[in-house]
Amino acid sequence: MIRFEDVTITYDGNLAPVIAHANLHINEGELALVVGPTGSGKTTLLHAINGLVPHFSGGTLSGRVVVDGRDTATHPPRELADVVGVVPQDPMSGFVTDYVEDELAYGMECLGLAPSVMRQRVEEIIDLLGLAEIRNRALMSLSGGQRQRVAIGAVMTTHPRILVLDEPTSALDPGAAEEVLAALQRLVHDLGVTVVLAEHRLERVVQYADRIIHVPGNGAPVQIGTAADIMRTASVAPPVVQLGRLAGWNPLPLSVRDARRNAEPLRERLRSAHNEHNQAGAAIDALAPRLLDVRSVSVAYGTKTALDNVTVTVDPGEILAIMGRNGAGKSTLLGTLVGLHKRSRGSVLVSGGDPADMRGPELISRVGLVPQDPSDLLSRDTVEAECHDSDRDARAPRGTTATILRSLAPDVATSQHPRDLSEGQRLALALAVILAARPPLVLLDEPTRGLDYLTKSRLVEALRTLAAAGHAVVLATHDVELVAEVATRVIVLADGEIVADGTTRDVIAASPLFAPQVWKVLAPQEWLTVAEVEQALGGVR
Amino acid sequence: MRSPRWLNPFAWWAWALGLAIMASRTTNPLVLGCVVAVAAYVVSARRPDAVWGRSFRLFLILGAWVIAIRVVLGIAFGAPDGGHVLFSLPSLALPQWAAGVRFGGDVTEPALLSLIFDGMRLAAILACVGAANSLASPSRLLKATPSALYETGVAAVVALTFAPQIVGDAERLRSARRLRGRDTRGIRGFGSVAIPVLEGALEKSLHLAAAMDSRGYGRMAHTSEARRRTIAATFLVALLCATIGAYAALDERIPPIAMLSLLTGSIAMIAVAFVIASRARIRTVYRRDPWRSPEWVTTSVGMACALAAISTAASIAMQGPTTLTWPQVPLIAICAVALCLTPAWLTPLPPDRGAQ
Repeated sequence: MIRFEDVTITYDGNLAPVIAHANLHINEGELALVVGPTGSGKTTLLHAINGLVPHFSGGTLSGRVVVDGRDTATHPPRELADVVGVVPQDPMSGFVTDYVEDELAYGMECLGLAPSVMRQRVEEIIDLLGLAEIRNRALMSLSGGQRQRVAIGAVMTTHPRILVLDEPTSALDPGAAEEVLAALQRLVHDLGVTVVLAEHRLERVVQYADRIIHVPGNGAPVQIGTAADIMRTASVAPPVVQLGRLAGWNPLPLSVRDARRNAEPLRERLRSAHNEHNQAGAAIDALAPRLLDVRSVSVAYGTKTALDNVTVTVDPGEILAIMGRNGAGKSTLLGTLVGLHKRSRGSVLVSGGDPADMRGPELISRVGLVPQDPSDLLSRDTVEAECHDSDRDARAPRGTTATILRSLAPDVATSQHPRDLSEGQRLALALAVILAARPPLVLLDEPTRGLDYLTKSRLVEALRTLAAAGHAVVLATHDVELVAEVATRVIVLADGEIVADGTTRDVIAASPLFAPQVWKVLAPQEWLTVAEVEQALGGVR
Repeated sequence: MRSPRWLNPFAWWAWALGLAIMASRTTNPLVLGCVVAVAAYVVSARRPDAVWGRSFRLFLILGAWVIAIRVVLGIAFGAPDGGHVLFSLPSLALPQWAAGVRFGGDVTEPALLSLIFDGMRLAAILACVGAANSLASPSRLLKATPSALYETGVAAVVALTFAPQIVGDAERLRSARRLRGRDTRGIRGFGSVAIPVLEGALEKSLHLAAAMDSRGYGRMAHTSEARRRTIAATFLVALLCATIGAYAALDERIPPIAMLSLLTGSIAMIAVAFVIASRARIRTVYRRDPWRSPEWVTTSVGMACALAAISTAASIAMQGPTTLTWPQVPLIAICAVALCLTPAWLTPLPPDRGAQ
């Protein structure tokens, strides 16, 4: 169905190719998963399938890409639109119309299908992907998961035989991600569509993949193989695979279900082991003033309640994770802590002061927020200039930000444009900018979006160091594995209300949706991460 | 209750045009007030829950500004024309060469009243345009245009959907400035937000272009070279004729017959070129908005209003009000405007509000 023959792709102005001598063959009806570190060329590979690379992106492609018998060299993307459907990373950026039903029909209109055919196909797709309730809604008003499903539906109406998706679940909460994956499963199994998707959150998708395409980056050869084969050695792996590698299971488990069948001996070995992390959480001086004190805060946008009577406190050394659905009020809560939103009720005290009344250096020396898109914070054209500005804003001695940045991400070249940095490097730069003012309270909104496992573990290190140095960290995230690794406490928001507040173990273990993979594999024993198990096994031997 | 659907956008525009013709024909504040009230009521009853659906308020604000500016400029530069003097502004003695221009001086009651009523007329016309703008979806208007105009139309619609996103971006970047401990107000605040917003918009448009390309935008049916040349040549000649025709309309020495034939000829040629060009597209349209009784009702009440305005023009025009008195009530005009209220009940709700 899709054939890459000795494909080498080089972008203009770069000497080294992004992808070198790739030979791939994806069969009809397969679900192929593209994995690899951030910036390794996954998106480039995906876009080469329908000719966006090089027709749209520029650069040179040598070798041949043949899709359903058509060579992409002679067929621009629009001539492949009836064979390949591409869902972009941010579905909103690819929407052309403003209502769900019109968006579903757009591709067919371009292909010139008869109105009666269009009508019928729109109804079919609405049923297939469960869009009936939202068919008349404006696209702007949809939630993340709904947008993703509409984007999939919009390309599926032209009946493409290949569906290409770029990180379809990265921005979604666990529930919405499952919705999208169920829809994809249905397309693969019922309609025989060939699906190629790239994803960082492997724990969500690896069990559905027939084959995996591993793009290691830096021009290293692209590998393709069955999921179990590739996962044995891949540079990125979900926790369940890491656990399998650690325990030496063969065949390597890809899903929680597979792993549980193998897990009995491991549980036996761990029974006697002592879980040091179980007793984590130091005693806190109840009389000391709270670093963050939020009392019955409500925030409303127009008539919609975003936060409803939220009360939460944070002490130095804590890492608090805020979880909950897309739109549950996580970002609003973080914004309220830096005084971005007007409260209709309640009080917020950060180090004893109300952030809404603070501005300038007074604010940033007490609390710092890294927003969802870290590049929002950055405005200069080189990393060096950005660091210099940040020192000035924070009234810190020259070189402070640069020093912090080096400790977070040693490989950033200071002459680079912030937009050219990788996702992880940009996050490190934004975090360094925030930390330059030494705020005791550090807030991060969805920090692991688009990060691979290696970058994520660096972030975990950095956050632990901060907490150990007496900072308090609050992060809003959908990433249960990150929460399991790093958080000391979790609150869960639903429709702006706190529905759970407790230690990480108590909150996420109680929820089938939020429990991390290692927990699911080893329950009823209480292990959250591979690192915990590894440490315990080391102690047993 | 009718099942919710989109009313054909042309029906809304025809209705709004009828109201606007009424507004343009009168300075009677009663009639103008009725026009604005009718437009506002129908908008609140039938506007969709989309971004452009909220634009009516902006047009009202714009109208208020128009009245204010017109009054202020009129007072400053207006010519004295007798009547009761309300108050005097210090006047500027201008040199000989600027004779005829006046600055400051007496402000009379008739002058002030005619300024206000004239401003109100403009504001009412703006309100009618605003009503059509928020009732008729721009993308559905695009669906009904000939497909040769489609590319231009898409650009307009994309711009319309981009605007609210850009406002959102600007908001986000402003709050990011606060997070860096910088001032969010003033020129510097604006400048430092504007550049990243534009960068973001450019990036977004590239993403959108890639998405549209991969969804088949711009696929062409096979067009022969000869046909393409014919289309281009027809358009060119048609535009040339239109230009000469427009010039002829201004020059009295050219006989009107020549002018008229040039203009009609150019319009006919443009129509022919559109038809040929449209055949080169393979695009089809999903669920074209039908034209049924609600559309007929909406259009005909609008047209009735326009007819009433034209036929009663003499009786509804307020020729130079001298003092502030209760204006006479032009019954026919008021009834015609009131008739325009009926679409608020006789048209279907837009689908996105029908579910509520």
